[in-house]
Amino acid sequence: MPVKAGWAPERKKNMRRVVVTGLGLVTPLGADVETAWANIIAAKSGAGTITRFDATDFQSNYACEVKPADHEYGFDAGKRVDHKIQRQVDPFIVYGIDAAGQALEDAGLVDMPEEARYRAGCSIGSGIGGLPGIESESLVLAAKGPKRVSPHFVHGRLINLISGQVSIKYGLMGPNHAVVTACSTGAHSIGDAARMIAMDDADVMLAGGAESAICPIGIAGFGQARALSTGFRDEPWRASRPYDKDRDGFVMGEGAGVVCLEEYEHAKARGAKIYAEVIGYGLSGDAYHVTAPHPEGSGAFRSMQMAMRKSGLALEDIDYINAHGTSTPLGDELELGAVRRLFGNALDGLSMSSTKSAIGHLLGGAGAVESIFCILAMRDQIVPPTLNLDNPSDNCVGVDLVPHVAKKRKVRAVLNNSFGFGGTNASLVMKAV
Amino acid sequence: MSETADRVKKIVVEHLGVEADKVTEDASFIDDLGADSLDIVELVMAFEEEFGVEIPDDAAEKITTVKDAITYIDEHKA
Repeated sequence: MPVKAGWAPERKKNMRRVVVTGLGLVTPLGADVETAWANIIAAKSGAGTITRFDATDFQSNYACEVKPADHEYGFDAGKRVDHKIQRQVDPFIVYGIDAAGQALEDAGLVDMPEEARYRAGCSIGSGIGGLPGIESESLVLAAKGPKRVSPHFVHGRLINLISGQVSIKYGLMGPNHAVVTACSTGAHSIGDAARMIAMDDADVMLAGGAESAICPIGIAGFGQARALSTGFRDEPWRASRPYDKDRDGFVMGEGAGVVCLEEYEHAKARGAKIYAEVIGYGLSGDAYHVTAPHPEGSGAFRSMQMAMRKSGLALEDIDYINAHGTSTPLGDELELGAVRRLFGNALDGLSMSSTKSAIGHLLGGAGAVESIFCILAMRDQIVPPTLNLDNPSDNCVGVDLVPHVAKKRKVRAVLNNSFGFGGTNASLVMKAV
Repeated sequence: MSETADRVKKIVVEHLGVEADKVTEDASFIDDLGADSLDIVELVMAFEEEFGVEIPDDAAEKITTVKDAITYIDEHKA
């Protein structure tokens, strides 16, 4: 087993450089990048009692919901998604279209000439896809029969239909791709899309993930899998507490994160604002269990190791890790153990936090949303906090997990981890340009 | 405008997301109101639910304007 941290830094020659030139977010703490980030830094929590349905009798009755349009930091679906499409598709697609639109607008690439659009594509996935619609149309089928099922049922629920809808809306005719790797989806989407640009398949890619599975069958299913936090009904904002001794499962979140990736020379030639460069991407499989992480964190370790190796950076160059850190009893410890083994003494110089403490677990959207937080940490030289970290687990000794409040510090390069059901792991390394 | 016409118009506005004043009786679902063939399947389902009529596929194919829908419903509703 390759469990040693030593390697010769390696960067592939002939690969094109890939940078981030646009960001888009729909989260429980804000439906645009600046609002969501400001609320994350202000240590707010997006958690509350579930409003979408009466969850009183469910295993858990709280989640981090995207707020309605009339809320202080709510989401107005009508801003970028036609009324007709809103009616036909599941919320995860609506969130994904909006976040992709934000990223393209931010990059200044909404009006590309036709020849440029042949070289611009989409890689926006989801972990689960249209679960609320699958549930509700199944009930229609049972109650009223097959002739009452919506003709938009299938293409309104399919995971690749964010990429499909976005390509139609903006005329993007390059690679059209959608990753489905559970909670690693967002990170894999960005990594895969970056490789498409690096290998000259495209010049521009909208990449990320979206999720919206806060519905009865979603809460019941994750509840039965013993994955959800259940013990904080009276104080849901205390429920997501990665690395804390009292953590008891993840809090379901929803939303979307999409970045606009661009080939470096392409971005430079048009004078684009460049947020960061994607320099490392690692992938691995646990080959162990469908829901439980490998007991030695082997997959997590190898994923991070591959990303670091590709980046060509030294371990000491990483200033911030946005952890997978879901607040489950097992997962947090194993990730921390893997980070400790890989980084060794370099751990002393870095900060690591889990923004899932604030917005819950966005499942297929998580890796993309958290990559955006990593990028903003580099832009603003501040790292977001881990909320509710009142009594860190014994294993946390000596690790700066940024408890409770954001921390101003130097942030030159970042690592983002995402691990998913099925034992699928992805890590991304980015640095300022 | 008849009561049927009012209810048909309301369904069309809701389903297609178009301005109410565009939904004239002569308006074609596809040419004037931006519907595609699947939108029409959905509209026909909504008319069936709203008016308690059954609109078989061969009849649905002939409904291309708002007026066609109103006429069919008036002729077939209980």
